[in-house]
Amino acid sequence: MTLSGKAVCIGADIDTDLVIAGRYLRTKDTSVWAEHVFEDLDPSLAPRLKGAVIVAGNNMGCGSSREQAPVAIREAGAVAVIAPSFARIFFRNAINVGLPVIECDGLVCADGSTVIISMEEGWVEAGGIRYPIRPLSPKMQDILSAGGLVSYWRNR
Amino acid sequence: MSTLSERILGGPAGSYVDRVVDRAFAHDGTGVLAMEAYRQMGNPKPARPETVSIIYDHIAPANTSQTATLQNELRLFAAEMGFALTDIGGGICHQLMSEGRVLPGEVVVGADSHSCTTGALGAFSTGMGATDMAAIWAEGSTWFRVPETISINLTGRLPTWCEAKDIVLTVTGRIGMDGGTYRALEYTGDGATALSMAGRLTLCNMAVECGAQTGFFYADKTTQHYLAHYGHTIQPQKVEEGTYCRELSIDLADTEPVLSVPHRVDTVASVTEYAGTHLDQVFVGTCTNGRYEDLERFAHIVRGKEVACRTIVVPASRAIMQQAAETGVLTDIIAAGCVVGPPGCGPCLGMHLGVLGEGETALSTANRNFKNRMGVGAKYFLGSVATAAASALKGEITSPEGAI
Repeated sequence: MTLSGKAVCIGADIDTDLVIAGRYLRTKDTSVWAEHVFEDLDPSLAPRLKGAVIVAGNNMGCGSSREQAPVAIREAGAVAVIAPSFARIFFRNAINVGLPVIECDGLVCADGSTVIISMEEGWVEAGGIRYPIRPLSPKMQDILSAGGLVSYWRNR
Repeated sequence: MSTLSERILGGPAGSYVDRVVDRAFAHDGTGVLAMEAYRQMGNPKPARPETVSIIYDHIAPANTSQTATLQNELRLFAAEMGFALTDIGGGICHQLMSEGRVLPGEVVVGADSHSCTTGALGAFSTGMGATDMAAIWAEGSTWFRVPETISINLTGRLPTWCEAKDIVLTVTGRIGMDGGTYRALEYTGDGATALSMAGRLTLCNMAVECGAQTGFFYADKTTQHYLAHYGHTIQPQKVEEGTYCRELSIDLADTEPVLSVPHRVDTVASVTEYAGTHLDQVFVGTCTNGRYEDLERFAHIVRGKEVACRTIVVPASRAIMQQAAETGVLTDIIAAGCVVGPPGCGPCLGMHLGVLGEGETALSTANRNFKNRMGVGAKYFLGSVATAAASALKGEITSPEGAI
């Protein structure tokens, strides 16, 4: 799987309340989450996520276990999230809902520049430099390849 | 020689294992999403329905018709699947699980990040998301990455005006919000042994605030005594010297009352540094500090006095509320001018029962002070029950030293 998109840079320690606020959770309508994603961090982010690769700092997705957070990012059209480290529940949730999350150190984010990701070959390319990515466990790879845990479960 | 995580999960740190889940639970928030995922999976027959609990705590009672409708759907689903449902007013899922539903050595998964709470009983207890929960309902098992362990040695005794909350905020400040990611915390030492179960639950509850998969206390005499109350006979867990990725030692005698300063849990400062800060509201409760011992401590300080700002007290479970009613603790709290809310999460997640307004400042005994969480445009500090009580009486941040 090779992915690419324009970088959208966000900071470190972005908690899931900032990804999608609690006040938008009481619905099953995923378009509501997409519309309000990152609203409390920067309301101008949501419309820029279509086809984007989000580049975050350390500890992306810390805090609550709300799965609406990766779903909101996916529904807003982002193709992947890259960070040096992720909070573990967010990381599991993202894979489970089919949102590629990539652990990668040292990537310098330039807003709007092109980022290319090769999951098979294990690298991210940005600003003409290739950075290695930490591989997923075989089971997580299988879940992500299936498009998420629901399809993985149905297909097995 | 191995850590408690390695013993319970049955693999060395860093390995991936598949394990049967002994207890699984979700609440009214995550339960709805898990139900959706379960239906998309084709509504399979649950593997072990007798091990599943659904507990209504996050918005309980419902705040809007939309919430009520979703909660109704989940009620019907739980009945159809044969899952045990605790409806509104029962209390917070983590507290209810700690009231006799979790035993040492068990593998426990909750669809909520604070599911690490019942690690206090010597169980491997952790939080996952809704789709993972749906898969657990279907299969009865899930995968884990066996965590490396941070050993935290507690020595000595706390000063009377300090409590477990001051310890855990201090630990979180030292480890940092991501210093424990994918790790487990093990609390040992004579200071750990001396802590009550309520204090242990407070410490383990906040393990996730530094990213940890879980927090642990080894089951000991305190655990035996605590679980005997719920009719369980258990064996203590032997402490073995494992391999730790980091070791911390904290002398409890040096502990001082501390706060997490907005908007980060790991920005920890002495209460005295912020003394005099005006407060619009004080909130006492949550899965961190809504236990009987907490309410009793709060009542002890406010008894016969009157709070100087809006003060909301929410017991963590019905059993706690009932005990507080029987002993007069609840009467003292009400007489001091506090508002008492129904057992559950209260305003912690910013949905109902005391959400803050733009520009307001509050002090809460909860576990998270993220921007906008308990109210858009508000800021709030996290602190101990004694700090909350002393501060409520003055309407400003106040050290509990001398108040207890």
